[in-house]
Amino acid sequence: MSVNSFREDEEQKVVLNSKTMLRLYKYLLAYRWQIVLVLIIMSVTITISLVNPLIIERAINVHVAEKDWRSLISLGVIAVVINMVFFFGIKLRMLIMSKMSNQVLMTIRDQLYSHIQKLGFGFFDSRPTGKILARIIGDVNSLKEVLSDSVTTLIPDMLTVVSIAAIMLIKDYRLAMAAIITLPLLILLMTIVQRFAHKGWQDHRKKSSNLNAFVHEELSGARVIQSFCAEEQSMTDLDELIGRYTKSFSRAVRWSDAFGPSIDLVWSIGGFILYYIAVRVIGVGNIGVGTIIAFSTYMSMFWTPIRNLSNYYNKLVSNVSAAERVFDILDTEPELVDREGAGELPEISGRVRFENVSFAYADEKEKRVLDNVSFDVQPGETIALVGPTGAGKTTIINLIGRFYDIEEGRILIDDYDLKDVTIESLRQQLGVMTQENFIFSGTIKENIRYGRLDATDEEIEAAAKAVGAHDFIMRLEKGYDTELSEGNGLSAGQRQLVAFARTMVSSPRILILDEATSSIDTKTELMVQAGIQRLLEGRTSFVVAHRLSTIKRADRIFVIDDGHICEQGSHDQLMELKGKYYDLYQAQFLSI
Amino acid sequence: MNDSKRAPQKKQRRTRPKPLIAYALRYWPRYLVVLVTLLIAVSLNAMTPQVLGRIIDDVVVGGKTEMLMSLLIMLVIVGVGHGIFNYIKEYNADRIGILVGKDLRRDLFQHIQKLSASFFSKNNTGELMARVKDDVDRVWFIMGFAGMLIFECVIHSAVTLFFMARVSLLLTALPVAIMIVVGIIALIMEKKLNKCWDDISNENAELTTIAQENLSGVRTVKAFSREKYEKQKFASHNQKYYDLNMNMARVLIRFHPIISVASKLLITLVIILGGLIIIFDYNNLTLGGDGALFSIGGSKLTLGGLTAFVEYANGIIWPMECIGWLSNELAGAIASNRKIRKIMLEQPEIQSPEDAVVLDEVKGHVTFDNVSFSMGETEILRNVSFDLPAGNTIGIMGMTGSGKSTIVNLLERFYDVTDGSVMLDGVDVRKLSLSTLRGGISVVSQDVFLFSDSIEENIKLGSRDRISAERMQSASRSACASEFIEKLGSQYETIIGERGVGLSGGQKQRISIARAIAKNAPILVLDDATSALDMETEHDIQRSLGQLQDVTKIIIAHRISAVKDADEIIVLDNGSIAERGTHDQLMAMDGRYRETYNAQYGA
Repeated sequence: MSVNSFREDEEQKVVLNSKTMLRLYKYLLAYRWQIVLVLIIMSVTITISLVNPLIIERAINVHVAEKDWRSLISLGVIAVVINMVFFFGIKLRMLIMSKMSNQVLMTIRDQLYSHIQKLGFGFFDSRPTGKILARIIGDVNSLKEVLSDSVTTLIPDMLTVVSIAAIMLIKDYRLAMAAIITLPLLILLMTIVQRFAHKGWQDHRKKSSNLNAFVHEELSGARVIQSFCAEEQSMTDLDELIGRYTKSFSRAVRWSDAFGPSIDLVWSIGGFILYYIAVRVIGVGNIGVGTIIAFSTYMSMFWTPIRNLSNYYNKLVSNVSAAERVFDILDTEPELVDREGAGELPEISGRVRFENVSFAYADEKEKRVLDNVSFDVQPGETIALVGPTGAGKTTIINLIGRFYDIEEGRILIDDYDLKDVTIESLRQQLGVMTQENFIFSGTIKENIRYGRLDATDEEIEAAAKAVGAHDFIMRLEKGYDTELSEGNGLSAGQRQLVAFARTMVSSPRILILDEATSSIDTKTELMVQAGIQRLLEGRTSFVVAHRLSTIKRADRIFVIDDGHICEQGSHDQLMELKGKYYDLYQAQFLSI
Repeated sequence: MNDSKRAPQKKQRRTRPKPLIAYALRYWPRYLVVLVTLLIAVSLNAMTPQVLGRIIDDVVVGGKTEMLMSLLIMLVIVGVGHGIFNYIKEYNADRIGILVGKDLRRDLFQHIQKLSASFFSKNNTGELMARVKDDVDRVWFIMGFAGMLIFECVIHSAVTLFFMARVSLLLTALPVAIMIVVGIIALIMEKKLNKCWDDISNENAELTTIAQENLSGVRTVKAFSREKYEKQKFASHNQKYYDLNMNMARVLIRFHPIISVASKLLITLVIILGGLIIIFDYNNLTLGGDGALFSIGGSKLTLGGLTAFVEYANGIIWPMECIGWLSNELAGAIASNRKIRKIMLEQPEIQSPEDAVVLDEVKGHVTFDNVSFSMGETEILRNVSFDLPAGNTIGIMGMTGSGKSTIVNLLERFYDVTDGSVMLDGVDVRKLSLSTLRGGISVVSQDVFLFSDSIEENIKLGSRDRISAERMQSASRSACASEFIEKLGSQYETIIGERGVGLSGGQKQRISIARAIAKNAPILVLDDATSALDMETEHDIQRSLGQLQDVTKIIIAHRISAVKDADEIIVLDNGSIAERGTHDQLMAMDGRYRETYNAQYGA
């Protein structure tokens, strides 16, 4: 499997910028009425801003010049009233906009998170957690400003530009052409700058993600770092990553910051052309002084929104790569999905059948991990799986829980093909315990309740008692209410016991234990086994273990080697066979 | 918080975090560049209306067409010059931001790395990540780009006020008054926003933690098919994050429009007041009658003067509006900086003493002398004593939670003993420098932690330059790992997933054993290090470990086979030693050890 580490950049599908942008805008479509309202408000406030100069002009030229102080005051009153309208207009606009942009952000984040929940192990295994986190938190957050600016800048400023261009064209098409002729130059410059800036930001986001992955790992493994005195080396790595991060940022802003100067350049060339044509080519007399003065005002009115628009575009370019990264995950197809029309698996009795099952992992298609495996396990049977590392024991277990889909053969539980039932209804009846038992932050009680969300306190205690976890839990100061931060404060064995209680409380119909007791001492293990037998009597179970004491108790033992079941039978039968199992058993005593 | 019960450690070094300003000062030349280019850009910007004005007045109206060319060239020069200086200014401001951020992030990370186990058990990884990432980002934004804007607003306003004062000192009182009002509003707003940002920053950490645990625990989530529950958990925090952001927005909505309108009203007020001054000719308003103690207004305000004044007033609208926005950024940065400082103020509970003993060569003689250890009210070890001469092996057995791993924690000094002492080569570990101590011990812990990096980097952890390829390979062979590693596509350069996903439990354990052997320390600790291995492999590893003659070994295990050859075996029960002796002695004792043997071998 190709695995990405904090040292390498993530690969990403190449998507057209415009596509990403359109997809982002689609989220705004749900708020079209609010947007219309905002635009109405904005047209009012913009009108007020446009009326303000008229009032000023009138005040100075007429009232002050004529020393008419009464009219001056009344004009002031009108201005105050108009500005009050303006005041409430802004308030309303801000409210609508912040609701909208925050809601869109929340929606995107929810979608992203929900989608991630659907993805298979391949997705999680192939990249560091820190990189996925960077997308859920940082990348989503950076879309906020772009979203709100899309409404408050994009549409009004576009309208302003178009209407001023129209006014200019009506007033004097020759001068208007002179004023507008530089726009293609601006677009060209923007396109060039945009191309580099976008690449820069894309790169920067990847570097940022690498840094995030590194920090996440170093913090999770802080203890190992300290134990190996690896602080210095990890600082070297950090410096390298921060260095790349800093460099990529500088490279991106080197282009991004060029947006402003491009406008300055184009604007001054535009001014040059306008006045040159007005004075030299057409001649002042042919146009009229008033028109030229008017055009000089229009020019500044024309360029302000263009400046805003290009600022917006700049922001869009620097953040579109964040959107790309979010959509990249949303576009990742989940490997495992319920078949259309898949039904609920009813309560099962626990028969498990493999019929000629063959399986290879998606990235190593040619290497069959399981080859034509068949078996039939009756309800209530306990099956032990033994064999060397990599023989396929864990794969068999993963297939029962449908954590992967098989290519050939069928897997049946009772008489249901796994592919015909919903994954959720299947897994709810399984109790799968692996070597990796994640303990969530929260109390011990909450962690055990994770197995069955409606379990009562008594049931939780009963489960803990059954696996022998009750005693040590009660010795803790706060008992079941002890807070565990990512399992800190418990030994590996204790964590295994808590995880065991969690599985027990879910009361599974089929119990699957993959090295689940490896960190537990023999005495406790015996207690756990007795507890399981009491609580889960008559349930089918599959056990992968290395300790013979655990294996011997199974009804049947499957010896797995190289993707096949090469021996099966009870302990005594297999000992008599004097095959692989016999050899393994002898090895146990070899070390004595 | 938790140090009250601990005996005060005498020579504790306390470090105080550098104030933020110290980070900024390091880049003062760049700040200077920003300031100078800012001044040039602002003045060039101020020239533009004058050039345009002259084109209109002299060329268009006045008909002096011969001046056109030079004025137009000037226009282009001013425009391009403004662009260039503005670019230098912005780029440098951005650079400062990222550089300050770099230093701050580095120091924060380095500091966290030094903190003790108790700190990590109190703080979630997700939360710390949010501090290192998002909070640092927020601070550097204000140090760079936003800081530059604050500069710009202040300079711009000051220059404009100066020009206003030249027109009419009396009338200038009006914008000054309004600016003071806006300033006060901005301060109030900042204070309220600060609280909002505080909450947002915490919720951001919370959200990160939830997502981080969900991702790290994905196997557990899927095993229990708890996707829906996880979604709900996240959604409720996502909603809370939204609410908190809306709280912030509401503060902005309450105050920001006031600032906007105040700046707009400024112009109306200027006209009315200015108009009244002109109409009623208050220019000659004097205090103190004919004696004219002093006259307000300076030069006489004329109609043209008022027009100019209005123009200037137009120019201070944006700095005022900007202040509203900036005080929000500032509030966020202050809140984030507070969070960062809080971590920076945390002192590592365990660190090398000032006059730390540094051993040239660690021999590996480990002594536990009457060691007791409690955590809070819970007693974990009681009067544990053993002496392990260099080169010997001790086996430790005991039930889950009996205190076995605590022995390793105390030896490595992740915690300090409550009573008694732990000694390495006759020196109390509390007197040793941490690098001498931890450098002398190789630990294979029961929780295998591997980094998502190449196998090589994982085995050479911390000593990339000191461990040769041969040593790495021979360590892998001793750990029975070389065989499967060499079967992998890129062998030692194969990148393994986070925490070693993609490898089986046994493979991960073997890599971590190889890592410990490669470290080549005089003391090797195996804390239940072979639990996930099949018996054959375990046996092979034990044999190769047996060949490490000069190494002191501490073997914690559940399987008899792992400890039976030790020079001494101790069986812990509830924190104290219940049985001790060699394998044969313990077998003869017919106690717990014998019981375990029987359970495992069915004798």
